[in-house]
Amino acid sequence: MMEAIYLELTAMAPQSLAWYQSFFVKFYRAFLVADRWKLYLQGLEQTLILTVLALVLGIALGLLVGVIRTAHDQQRPGRHNFVLGLLNALCKIYTTVIRGTPMVVQFLIMGMVVFASSRNKTMVGALALGINSGAYVAEIIRGGLMGVDVGQPEAGRSLGLNYMDVMRFVVIPQAFKNILPALGNEFIILFKDTSLISVIGGKELLYFAQAIITNTYDPMMPYLGAAFLYLVICILLTWLQGRLERRLRQSDRR
Amino acid sequence: MIDVKGLSKSFGDHLVLDNIDQHIAPGEKVVVIGPSGSGKSTFLRCLNLLETPTAGTITFEGQVITDPKVDINAVRRQMGMVFQHFNLFPNMTIRKNITLAPVRTKLMGQAEADEEAVRLLRRVGLEEKADAYPAQLSGGQKQRIAIVRALAMKPKLMLFDEPTSALDPEMVGEVLEVMRELAQEGMTMVVVTHEMGFAREVGTRVLFMDQGHILEENEPKSFFSNPKEPRTIEFLSKVL
Repeated sequence: MMEAIYLELTAMAPQSLAWYQSFFVKFYRAFLVADRWKLYLQGLEQTLILTVLALVLGIALGLLVGVIRTAHDQQRPGRHNFVLGLLNALCKIYTTVIRGTPMVVQFLIMGMVVFASSRNKTMVGALALGINSGAYVAEIIRGGLMGVDVGQPEAGRSLGLNYMDVMRFVVIPQAFKNILPALGNEFIILFKDTSLISVIGGKELLYFAQAIITNTYDPMMPYLGAAFLYLVICILLTWLQGRLERRLRQSDRR
Repeated sequence: MIDVKGLSKSFGDHLVLDNIDQHIAPGEKVVVIGPSGSGKSTFLRCLNLLETPTAGTITFEGQVITDPKVDINAVRRQMGMVFQHFNLFPNMTIRKNITLAPVRTKLMGQAEADEEAVRLLRRVGLEEKADAYPAQLSGGQKQRIAIVRALAMKPKLMLFDEPTSALDPEMVGEVLEVMRELAQEGMTMVVVTHEMGFAREVGTRVLFMDQGHILEENEPKSFFSNPKEPRTIEFLSKVL
């Protein structure tokens, strides 16, 4: 039925259509012709996969860098470990460079210079995004670890627990709860930043939307459609974050 | 039990402990008093190496624990410590607070540790709080739990760092009562406190510290009735 209307309207001269008819034609062309809506979902799937990959890399890097930076800063005065000092310097350079350059520039350097010959630009994008996110996650984790009361690890150590156990059972769980809002925001930003991967030709939601635009010559509907999907996922992520926070707040009940 | 020789500790240029010698015998209840900044807490924290001494040696049960090669975690398992601000783990239930260390250090299995936790909680009258979180307890209850948590490791020695200083006055009594019972059972204790009544009643020896030195020490009766150093007399006249 819709298809019949669409065919009838496209047979008419575009100038003679009323605004709602023209809207319908654009909508139908952007989403329904040749099952194009599937392309958006395919793009969304790619975007979600990219987000997860970048997230895993970002957390791994962030945890490593955050723990090294914290361990270095919390050394007793007068006691300095040379290896730790060196690692700390490397970590500082990493966070300074990543946080001091625009993300698009980082994507372009990774895609067009470092991995210029790579054909899988999507994975290059995931790598670049993960490296970028790691620097921000590292600072969030460092803040969280430094924010745990010093009496906590002291109490753990005074009971004879070793460093790893104190970190695992006492410090990290408390730090995690404190950094959850900041970490959640970082991940929502990361999800949206996957769209920048399209500048190096990586395949994600925006890439597919732009591919449709080159077929239909109409930018409005595909961009609005992509924006809508980003928005829906962000709302969902925010809701999940709130639920997790409420659950972790269990021990604060009085 | 503990032998301290030539112990010094400085933070940067600031000398907090200056060449302290001290011997603590099994069963003693040593009470450390003195003005703030005198080094009492630092002295106590050096005993289980929460602070690393700048100079000097500490020997615990014949083992020189200030030797860098010593497994300090194994030493700390034999010394319980109670802090001014309780330092219970807020992310765990009371039961988990008590059983974490014995289980992780393989002193007990989980079942045995749980039983021990119930036994210890009953002793301080808080068995119904086993599944509560620290935030749900009063200060006095938290400190009693903190004592129990240290006792779960079956320590040979208990260190108390101003255990009642952060409490509402009406809760001081319940914590001191637990400490008094512990003393009666023969536990070796080192207590930094401002509770002169406790020092007099429970202590077997009182140390007065000022500016990083142990200025005067004596058994409580003569210490309080007949202090010798002018600085001790001045301090006692202000606090008693």
